Amino acid sequence: MPNVPPEPDIRQDSGAPGSSGPGSIRNFSIIAHIDHGKSTLSDRILELTGAVKERSMRAQYLDSMDLERERGITIKAQNVRVGWRGHTLHLIDTPGHVDFGYEVSRSLAACEGVVLLVDAAQGIEAQTLANCYLALEADLAIVPVLNKIDLPAADPDLYASEIERVLGIDAGEVLAISAKTGDGVETLLDAIVERIPPPSGDPNHPLQALIFDSHFDQYRGVISSVRVMNGRLHTGDRLRFMHAGGVHLAEEVGVRVPAATPADELGPGEVGYLIAGIKDVAEARSGETVTSAVAPADAPLDGYDDPKPMVFCGLYPVDGDEYPELRDALAKLRLNDASVSFEPETSGALGFGFRCGFLGLLHMEIVRERLEREFDLSLIATAPSVAYRVRTSEGDDVEVDNPSELPPAAQVDEISEPMLNVSILTPSAYTGAVMDLCQSRRGSMSQMDYLSPERVELRYELPLAEVVTDFFDQLKSRTQGYASLDYDHAGYRAERLVRVDVLLNSEPVDAFSAICHRDAAYPYGKAITAKLAELIPRQLFDVPIQAAIGGRIIARETVKAKRKDVLSKCYGGDITRKRKLLERQKEGKKRMKAIGRVEVPNEAFVSALRLDQ
Amino acid sequence: MTAPPTRTDPSSGEAEQDVGDDFGVYVHVPFCTHRCDYCAFATWTDRSHLIADYMACCRDQARALASGMPPVTSVFFGGGTPNLVAPSMLAAVLGELPLAPGAEITVECNPDLVTPAGMRSCSDMGVNRISLGVQSMVPHVLSSLGRQHDPFMVAAAIDAVWSTGIGLLNLDLIFGSPAESIADCERSLTAAIAYGPDHLSVYGLTPEPGTPLGDDPSRHPDDDDMADKYVIVDEMLERAGYEMYEISNWARPGAHCRHNLLYWNQGSYAGIGCAAHSHRDGRRFWSVRTPERYIGAIRSGSSVEAGSESLDPDERRLEALQLALRTSAGVPAEAVPDDVADLLMPAGDGRLRLTVRGRLLANEVAIRLHHSPHGAA
Repeated sequence: MPNVPPEPDIRQDSGAPGSSGPGSIRNFSIIAHIDHGKSTLSDRILELTGAVKERSMRAQYLDSMDLERERGITIKAQNVRVGWRGHTLHLIDTPGHVDFGYEVSRSLAACEGVVLLVDAAQGIEAQTLANCYLALEADLAIVPVLNKIDLPAADPDLYASEIERVLGIDAGEVLAISAKTGDGVETLLDAIVERIPPPSGDPNHPLQALIFDSHFDQYRGVISSVRVMNGRLHTGDRLRFMHAGGVHLAEEVGVRVPAATPADELGPGEVGYLIAGIKDVAEARSGETVTSAVAPADAPLDGYDDPKPMVFCGLYPVDGDEYPELRDALAKLRLNDASVSFEPETSGALGFGFRCGFLGLLHMEIVRERLEREFDLSLIATAPSVAYRVRTSEGDDVEVDNPSELPPAAQVDEISEPMLNVSILTPSAYTGAVMDLCQSRRGSMSQMDYLSPERVELRYELPLAEVVTDFFDQLKSRTQGYASLDYDHAGYRAERLVRVDVLLNSEPVDAFSAICHRDAAYPYGKAITAKLAELIPRQLFDVPIQAAIGGRIIARETVKAKRKDVLSKCYGGDITRKRKLLERQKEGKKRMKAIGRVEVPNEAFVSALRLDQ
Repeated sequence: MTAPPTRTDPSSGEAEQDVGDDFGVYVHVPFCTHRCDYCAFATWTDRSHLIADYMACCRDQARALASGMPPVTSVFFGGGTPNLVAPSMLAAVLGELPLAPGAEITVECNPDLVTPAGMRSCSDMGVNRISLGVQSMVPHVLSSLGRQHDPFMVAAAIDAVWSTGIGLLNLDLIFGSPAESIADCERSLTAAIAYGPDHLSVYGLTPEPGTPLGDDPSRHPDDDDMADKYVIVDEMLERAGYEMYEISNWARPGAHCRHNLLYWNQGSYAGIGCAAHSHRDGRRFWSVRTPERYIGAIRSGSSVEAGSESLDPDERRLEALQLALRTSAGVPAEAVPDDVADLLMPAGDGRLRLTVRGRLLANEVAIRLHHSPHGAA
């Protein structure tokens, strides 16, 4: 087509993979709170560097999973290679939720610096601060940026001095931009080149490449994001995955510009992707070190961890016949998310299902939503539980993540529960409200710091179990959405914990059992029995609903026997209407689970278990 | 007050609930002067200009159907308010039907509109049973139902019925309004019984969506209150010499409504008029709902049928079970699940019928009997 003029190439050449000397490379992440504009900034960078032409911009290019778009958060890390004025920049996106802290730390391990992006109208948030501390601990360069300076409420001076106070970064170094209008973004790109050091790495050292994300693609198998630390990664290499122990052929190595583009090799400091014919992400988890199978490195890179599930729940198909579908769906989901654990369990009330473990509540919700949405399943989730450590009277330690498996009280010596160190940033006006909430959740305050006269950081030690219920919702509603939360795991603490059982018509229903603090047992018992009394329809006999600790009843409600289900006039010989009513009543019984003689609607399980929401 | 005349019993000593070859005709009169707050049935207060055309069409439909009918053992003019239209119009429909000797001919009447002359005309055309929509004998309960008559109108209406020599009288009562105390309910029953009708239909108030009562939860009956009242109603009527033969129907011995029994025994009947239901040999069908569409269909010679269903054998068994359970004849005694055993009692001939408590839970029992491994009925 000789007559068509070539499109102007505004692309700032990023150089051919493998040939970019480490000196021209900059690897960075953007650390930001939800809604502080990370995705918009990423989009603007792609556009300014010419990686994506303006007219083909899909808003928020990097958040590609539907759920991520809907929730406005990043769950899976992405990365993109762009060129800027003779340099190669790798933008490594990090997950934005506390549930995915380990993933964040692995993404940061692939960087030499971070852009700290803060809303110029809101200031720094707890999560951002926590991730920023992670970056400081990892000795990363920090480029502080205030975003949304185009907003009328923006107060860049105030928040620049807050950054100086909190992080010890000179307020004069804080850049001011508007990712939306593009104002200041070029300066930011220049600052990234100037302030973030290039990667160091020895091309002649045996290969050490860090995997900081893996996802499963149904056509290509596992696709991993990698950062080469030392040595060179070539397409066709035989690779050893040092933690998982597998040996795989590098079928394809490449970079994302942002379209995946195969390359012959990646050199030290470069970031790209690796496809090695792996069928299960558990074989190529975040934190894995890849080396050459022929000339392997002596040791893997530091920092590998196997993130442990923190929150557990039972997942059961509403329709018991869908158990095999649920099993297959979980297996498929796990190919893409190795942090989900599941094993079969049986509930007297709910039948066959799975005990599933998650990194946190959000993770649990996301997994459940994906199972229902992507696999068309209808599920009952039991109340979230944490993993308790139980010392039996025989001196054995057992881990219990399902309340119904707690040994009888007589055989229990001590129960310990997982604790968190929680950091909450809030406007100081809400300090009292936040302290009330933490106190009511058995928290003990360890520290309180004023970041400015208007903003306070509160540090509490709180039981994980108290946080996984509705703590975050409560925090938000008590501070009109202004407080933010971050946490670290803080080991186990022995507590006066008891199991509250629920008995329907004198029979215990395992699905409703919960472990709680002795002081909370009575209110919990009252609440769950009252809720169930509301949800369970009247039967042909009185149904007592009791809450009990061991053999002791602590609360009781009764669903009085149904006395009437019929009595109406037969209008104009219309027998059909009467029969249809009967058929509806009959159909209704199919949506019930029989627990002993009591018919319990499926909705009752869902609603009763959402007691706290 | 006129004394009830000597009863002429049209059901001539047959086995009480055997509908045998009985064949009924239901004629729907969809006109009222006022719509009661609980009523969801096909009736209109603003279509009196259609009455003459509509009734002529009913006559035409009766004529067209007559040749295919066995002898008609019962005719029921229901509504709506059949005594809102001229008795001659009812007579014209009746005149087309092949009546069996001693056929039961019922006209449902609103007490407000009953006149001695009207009743005389009914009697003259062969009507031998009147069903009066009394609903309650307590003024504030009547107004809670959105009814416009006073109890004294009921007395006058009953007098008018008795004076013509029509021997069979049913009073319709409704219980369960939250405005009705237990004492109100008893008072209503006592007053109704005192008139000496041979038949009482006592219905539980049912909130129907889309009605003023249905849309106002504060006016909905309470199930437990209804159950209490039902037990009282049954006791009072039994004590006064009435026998329950269907959940909502009590009669002096031999005075069962023959037409009513067809409904509960899967009997055959033809519906005439809009929104009327018919049943022949397991096929149930019904007519278009509005009088306009009905008139249009009859005039153009097209079918008035709006819908139908033919039950498969299992559905038909469940229906038979559901309907028979409502009656005092009950169902054949077979395996009874434990949880409903105390809701049933022997009915003679190896049959089981519902206890008073069981009648209130007839559907639960029907579902469980139908589900039980050996299957009843």
